[in-house]
Order: sequence, then C-alpha cells, then structure tokens
Amino acid sequence: MILAARLAWSQTISLWRAGALSVLVFALVLAVAAITAVSFFTQRIESALSQQSSLLIGGDLAVLADHSIPDAFAERAKTQSILTTRTYEFASMVIHGESSQLVEIKAVEPNFPLRGHLTIGQHPNDIGQSVQTAPQLGEVWIEPRLATLLDVQVGDQLQVGELSLTVSAILLREPSRGGNMFSFAPRLMMNAADLAATQLIQYGSRVKYQLLLASTPQIISRYSEQAKPTLARGERIDDVRNARPEIKTALDKAQQFLGLSAMVSVVLAMVAMLLSSLPYIKQSLNTFALMRCFGTQQNTVLQILTIQTFIIALFSGLLGALIGFIAQLGLAQLAGSLFVETLPPVSIMPVLIGFMASIGMMVAVVLPHAWQMRNLSAMNILRRDTLSLPLSTQAKYLPAALVMVVMIFWQAQDFNIAVSTIVAMMTLSLIVLGFVYALTYLAQRLLTITPKSSTLASINLGIQGLKRRLGLSTVQMIGFCMGLMVIMLLTLIRGDLIRNWQASLPEGAPNRFVINIQPAQINQVNQFFSTQNIQDAAIFPMVRARLVSKNNQLINTVEWQDERAKRLAEREFNLSWAAQMQTDNKLVAGRWWKNSEHGKPLISLEEGLANSLNIKIGDQLLFDIAGSPLTLTVISLRKVEWDTMRANFFAVTPPGVLDGFAASHISSFHLPIGAEESLNQLVKQYPNLTVIDIAALMQQVRGIMQKMSQAIEYVFVFSLVVGVAVLYAALVATREERVAEATLMRVFGASRKQVSIAYIAEFACIGFISALVASIGANFLAYYISVNILNIPFQFNFSLVVLSVLVAAVLIPLAAWLGLRSFLNIPPRQLLNSI
Amino acid sequence: MQQSPMIQAQDLHYEITNHDNQIRILSGLNLSVANGDQIAIIGSSGSGKSTLLSLLAGLDVPTSGSVQISGGEFSSLSEDGRAAIRAKDMGFVFQSFQLLPALTALENVMLPLQLKSHPKAEVLSIEALARVGLSHRVQHYPKQLSGGEQQRVAIARAFATQPSILFADEPTGNLDSTTGQMIIELLFKMNKEAGTTLVLVTHDITLANRCKRLFKLEHGVLLEMAQV
Repeated sequence: MILAARLAWSQTISLWRAGALSVLVFALVLAVAAITAVSFFTQRIESALSQQSSLLIGGDLAVLADHSIPDAFAERAKTQSILTTRTYEFASMVIHGESSQLVEIKAVEPNFPLRGHLTIGQHPNDIGQSVQTAPQLGEVWIEPRLATLLDVQVGDQLQVGELSLTVSAILLREPSRGGNMFSFAPRLMMNAADLAATQLIQYGSRVKYQLLLASTPQIISRYSEQAKPTLARGERIDDVRNARPEIKTALDKAQQFLGLSAMVSVVLAMVAMLLSSLPYIKQSLNTFALMRCFGTQQNTVLQILTIQTFIIALFSGLLGALIGFIAQLGLAQLAGSLFVETLPPVSIMPVLIGFMASIGMMVAVVLPHAWQMRNLSAMNILRRDTLSLPLSTQAKYLPAALVMVVMIFWQAQDFNIAVSTIVAMMTLSLIVLGFVYALTYLAQRLLTITPKSSTLASINLGIQGLKRRLGLSTVQMIGFCMGLMVIMLLTLIRGDLIRNWQASLPEGAPNRFVINIQPAQINQVNQFFSTQNIQDAAIFPMVRARLVSKNNQLINTVEWQDERAKRLAEREFNLSWAAQMQTDNKLVAGRWWKNSEHGKPLISLEEGLANSLNIKIGDQLLFDIAGSPLTLTVISLRKVEWDTMRANFFAVTPPGVLDGFAASHISSFHLPIGAEESLNQLVKQYPNLTVIDIAALMQQVRGIMQKMSQAIEYVFVFSLVVGVAVLYAALVATREERVAEATLMRVFGASRKQVSIAYIAEFACIGFISALVASIGANFLAYYISVNILNIPFQFNFSLVVLSVLVAAVLIPLAAWLGLRSFLNIPPRQLLNSI
Repeated sequence: MQQSPMIQAQDLHYEITNHDNQIRILSGLNLSVANGDQIAIIGSSGSGKSTLLSLLAGLDVPTSGSVQISGGEFSSLSEDGRAAIRAKDMGFVFQSFQLLPALTALENVMLPLQLKSHPKAEVLSIEALARVGLSHRVQHYPKQLSGGEQQRVAIARAFATQPSILFADEPTGNLDSTTGQMIIELLFKMNKEAGTTLVLVTHDITLANRCKRLFKLEHGVLLEMAQV
C-alpha cells in the first residue's frame, strides 16, 4: 500500500509536469469553485434575504392564535434560548374630547420588535428616529392618520378603554404593519403592561395573540418543526413567507432562480470536467498499461489509480474551495452593501459539498476505466485495446451521468426543475446526435463530388472531420450546446424575472386604497380622480359574505387538515361583481360570462382559493350574506397577480347578482406627490371613507425586489463564467487529436491556409449546430420554467436565436482556430515527434 | 544540358539549443541525389539521420545552408511554399506509421490526394491499397490492423500521390524481421515500378545495401560508402 501510495504520488507529479492534468485540474477546480462559491453565496444571500424579511414581521417566526397563546410555546422557546415577545392586536374605539375613532390597537412588550425597528417622531411630518422598544407605561404611539382624524398632538391624552394614556410619539413607520393592508383603522401602539387596566379584552373579544420569536435560522427552523404538531384549534405558525404573501412570491422566485443558477454552474462545470478528462485518461491508461507489462499486480495498479484519483480530487477540491471562498467574498462584499444588515457568516457546509463533488466527479470519470482495466490481459494492454474494449462509449459516461443526475436533484431541490433539466439535456443530446448524423451523411455525399477548387476541397475535408471524430464531435457539440444553452436560458429567465418584478410594481403602481365608499359617494370619488388627473383608478363594489356549503354539503372546517383552507373558508369573503374581467387577471379554467348572463347566479373564483377548498367548475356554493342565502354556480377560475398592489377579489359575480345586498366600494389608485392635501379634504368631507397608505409598504417590497435582482445578476455573471469555461474545455478536448491531424496534413503538403479552412469549416458546423439547438432548447426550457415553475409570463426571443446562432457560428471557429494557430507555425517535424 | 539533381543539399548546418547548450547535429553537410536514385543513410541512434531527412523533405529548416529540389530553391521557401512542393513531389513512410486513428485505411490513403483536390482520390486510393494487398481491409481502422498492415497502408498512402521522391524513415523499425522483409520487398518493388527517387534512413545495414548508394552520417558529416 505504501509502495502504491508512493507510485501514485510520483505518477501524479509526472502527469502534472507532462501537462496531462492541467486541463482536467482546471475544470475540476472550476467545478468545485463554482459549487462552493454559489453554495456559499446563495446560502448567505438567502439567509440575509430571510433576515431582511424578518424585519417585516418583527421576528423570525410568529405563533398566532385567536386565544391566549399557551405558555408551552414560550417555555419551549426559552429552553432553546430563543428570544420571545408577545403582542396583542384588536380593534377598539378611542376617545379624544368629543371625537372618537375606531383604531387597531397593538399592545407590545418592551422588547418589541425583535427584528428591525420602529420609526417615531414628534409630529406627522417629522423625519423621525429609529427605536427598538415599545411605548413606556402610560404612553401610546399613534399613526399620523389618527393624529389627523382626532386632531391630537404629542402630549395629549387619549381615552383607551378605562385608561387615559398620553400620546408620547407619532408612529411614523412600523415595518410589521404592512402585512395587512386591509387593516383600515389607524394604529395605536401601547405597552402590554397597560392592557389589563384598559379592561378592553373581555371574554369573547376578538384579539390576535402573537408570540414573536427570534434566533438563528437552524434553531428557528427546528422550533417550527417541533411546535407545528402541538398546534391546537385556532393556533398557527407564520414565518415571513406566509405572513407576507407579496414578499413570499418574490422570495420564492429569487430562491428558485439562485438554485437554478447554482445547478447550472454545477452541470456546466461537470460537462467541462468530463470533456477535459479525455487526455488525462488516455495518458494514465498508457502508464498503467506499461506497468502491467512490467509485471505490476492488477491490485497494485488499481490501488495506484484509486490513490491518484483521490490525490487529484483532494488537491482540486482544496484549491476550488479556496477560490470559491474568495469568489464569494468578493460577491458578498458587493452584495453586502445592498442589505440593511451585514451578511450572515459563512458555514463549512459549502466546502464539504465542494469536496464531495470533487471526489464524486473524479470517481465517476475514472471508475469506468478502472473497471475496464480489470479484465485486460497484458497482451490486450500492449496492443492498446484498453481504449476500445470491453466497455462501450455510452457505458463509460454512465457513472458521470449518474453523478450529474444526483447533483441536479440535490442542487435544484425541486423535483419539477430537476426532471425538466434532465429531460432537456437528454433531448438536447439526441437532437445534436441527429444533426451530426445528418451532417455525416452530407459529408459522405460531398466526398463523391470532390470539388476542383482547393478551398472547397478543404471545406469538404473539414466537414468530413465531423464524421471522422463522430463520438468526440458529438460530445464536443453537446458540451458547446449545454454551455450556450444555459447562458441563453439564464439570460432569458433572468431578464424576464427582473422585468416581471419591475413591471409588477411600476412607478405608477397604486399607493393608496380607499375603502368604505358608499354608493352615493362614487361620483364624488370619481370626480376627485379626474380633478387630480388620476388615471387607471377603478372603483369596485364589495359585499361581505360567508361560505356556508358546497354542493349542499355544509362547510365543516373543524375536520379539515389544511390550515390555509381552514382560514380561507372561515373568513368573510368580499364578493365583487364585474362585467369584464380585470386586466391583471387570467382565466385558467371555464369561461367569463356573456352580457346575456348578467344577473345569473354565477361566480368566478381565484384559482388558489378554489384549489385549497377543492372547488371545481360547476360546483354550487351557498353564501350567507347578512343573513340571506345566495347560491352561485362556479363558472370560471382565474389566476390573480396579488403582488401588483391592485384591488383584486377571490370571488366575482356578474353584474346584477348582488344588487339586493348592501355593498360598499373599494378603489386603489396612485396618488401623485403633492395631492395628499386634496385627499385629506375628500376624507374630511366624507369621514366614513378610509384611506390606506401603502406607499411605505411598496417601498419595502421594491427595495427587496431590487436587492434580489442584484443578487441574481451576480450569480448570473458567475454562471456565465462557468459557461464560458465549458466552451473552452470543449475546445481543448479534441485539440491533441486535431493537432496530430493538422500536422500530418502539412507533412503531405497541405498549406496552412488549407488546414485553417478545413478546421474553421468543421468548427463552423459545430458552432452553428450547437447554437441552433441550444437557442431553440433555451427558449423552450425558459418557456417551461417561466410559465410552470416561476409563474412569470414568457416571450419567445427570436432575435436572440438569430444573434446567438450567428455569433456562435463565427466565434467558435475563430476561437478554435486561434487555439490551433500557434501549432501551424511550428515545423511539422517537431510536432511529428510528439504525436 | 546537364540535368539538375533531384535533391541537392549544400553546407547544411543544424543546431539546437538545450538548456543553454548549443548542440550541433549537422555541420556543413553536402549531398546530391539524382532523379530516380536510391540512397540509404545509416548511422547510430542520435546521429541526426531523421533530422537530415526532415530537412531534405522541408519538414524543418536548417540553421544555415540550403536544400534544392529539382534545381529550385527549397529550404529558403516559406512553410507553405515547402508544403506545396511536398504535396506535389513527395511521399513519406515513417517508422511509427503515422496513420490517423479516426480514419479508415482508405481514408488515410485518400487524405494527401484530397488535399490536392484530386478528382479520383477514392479510385486511386483503392488501387494503391490493392497494390499493397489490402483490398479486403479498406474500411478497417488502424487499431484493427497489424503493424505490418498499418505500414502497408502507409506505403499505399505514400505511392498513391505518385511522388517524385519517397522519404522513408526507418520503415521496418517497428516490425518483426519477417514482416519487415515483406515491407522492404514491397517498398522496393513499388519504387522500381514508379521510378521514384528514394531517400531511406535506417540503421539496418542489410536494408541499406538494397539501395544504389550508401551514406553514413557521423559527427554531423555525411560520408559516402562503398556497398558492403
């Protein structure tokens, strides 16, 4: 074993010196660097994004209940050293002098919020200061809106229940407030210790009890897992993702894209490594063949091969992990400034993953050859049968393909994405193979024509080169194809994703909601819109209803397992009506009603709601509207873009159906800067109108999307570098053989021009086919991923197809020729000695 | 009018630099080979035989001195200029066969003809393979052929272009004696039929004696020897 180790070490050094390892190690280091850097980076960005988002609920996790939260939750948190704080939210009236106003009271403990901070000031227009504490005993903080409505200033007293409390600050910003944009009453924040004295919470009061928790992601995740099974009726656990749906969508998409980029980098790096392993395998097999001839035992040879494999894997793993670490430091440095908090520290996991990948890939490449050598006699080896027998070419790539599949599944962490990537890669390989065979046939035909012109003869020779190296050409083209395809795929998706985010919240997106508009006030509100030149502001009717039964079966939510379904079914629906479907809705099943169907008892539901409640087209739903029953038949399902900040409805009926019921109206619009005063005038004129300002919330969402866009750009650039590396590896994979051929051609009198033309012709074919297949594949895959996985619209990009085919058909032969050019200037004799 | 020699080398010098040491391979070598002549160059390993052959064939350029082919300047031509003359006038047989592994026997023979855009590349190649007795092996790849068969493919390739000069560098060096003998018979038979000028490099004195003239390369200088 010691002898084997010594021989393995000296042979590895020799192979390195001979240059047989350089490209392989380069690709392997790159693969490991890609895996670790992307893994490091995405991990840190992801946790940073989660942290950023945690600010929005004031903690990392929230336990919510409609009754006092059992002490067990807080005790469990205490045993795990998790920070906790309790909040209580409910609606109540407050009185100031002669005026009273419905407010949303939030009573908090002194350590609220656990994450992020509140902004308070002395008057509504104050810039304010950040604090991470609650109001003192006997004090309250109120929203600017409440100050205006009650004409209250800092220092004034407010009657809250049985207690008179002093307004000590104006609450300018409360990040966790954004979550429920339909919290139409203004906020009043008080100290939880004052709550009992107000006597506002009585038996039967509707209170939202909340226990906020904060700790490391691992501990929080463990807590969440442990606590979930103990939840009783009316209790639930929210993390940032389900607490803030508009952030959730963006976060999920960003995470999916980062995962996709990481996966792509890994696949690409593996392809690069496979391509560049060919010269190494050839050289090391020759060495082992000789050793077998000199009488070395089979086992010793295999031991040497194993040790050598591990030496290369460990060395490359170490170097790759180091480069990966440095690369992510750079990325984190750039990205760090984008985040409010500093990026969380790195963990050791990505390094381990990098090492595992390095060993996995090396073993996958070497294993088939070791297997092959096992049964070879010394005579077989002398005759160099090693490279042709007994394993077929396809079988040689099997372990590598398996490792790649495992890596794809592991990286994608999404069955659909992994399977679609694998299917795409296989389809791509088959298409490339088809093209190569077609071209081979063409080459055969050309052979019989044998043109007179020497240029045409050289081109002919070049195209025949494809046939001469059928196996290698196919592998090479698949390499090019994959490199190009992922570059294009990421370009397409990244562009769509970022554009989609920007489009979902354009500058003119609604920043105010007005609710409680009474039918008689619609004209005045519309007049306000026209005098303020507010475009694109529609007023929607709204009737509150409760779902009673489906197809004559009573809705019994107690028996339901799905928390979301329970919540959806228990809450009151806002039924609306419309003649035309809203432009940001999309029909996914059934049909929209005709004009002749207005007044018919039909209903259109949001797709997600219908799925959660298992409602199908044609189902009969019985609603209770203020005590009156109304049965409606489901005619269509719609997909709704909730993150557009526009008023949207789960349930819509045709006009005329809800005429007999009392309705209020809602509108969302973009209030231009400077128009705040006239809006205040409108509210003073009609005090029942409630205006909800979501500008701050939108700013938050925009900020997060902006940061995620930038994170995506960084990871995209990294994947791009790996993509280029795979192209390079594909180029060098066959260089040795091509140099040999070019040299012999020159010995037989081919001019450098002839050799160059043949070479360029062959690579132009390779470039053209690769780019054509890649761009078509990339568009299909981008379509699939956009529509089915990321849920963003997709546009076929024809110009990208044309451009990439042209560029690849020019650049690939150019790059290949540049690689060969240096050999064309060396006298053939010197090259003959080396081939 | 006196006909120019087919190959004329004058005052050929060839030096290489290795680790700052100047190593002199050829020093002031002169050689004249008439059209249709057959010469053998012998010498010990490392004496510079193959280097001389590659200079005569224009595969490399001398440090100083000149090579003329058919009275025309050759060694001072550009790389492509020399290639054009090789394509027109020269054929090669190497010790290590130098067949391209990805090409069949037929494709290997066709390669130099295709480079010249020869309209009958395939027909001529099949004929050449028939002449070396390999009609039944045209679609085989080099690794499916024995060493002797591979060298016969190389000979077929060398003669397929009907060259004026054939350079053979240790053509039997990689073969056993029986096979080597067969190859030599074939080579000389075809050379005689085609009337080709032959430059043979070998360390095998018996083989060298088959040629009309015999030279020994020693210390960078060529000495013509009487047939032994």
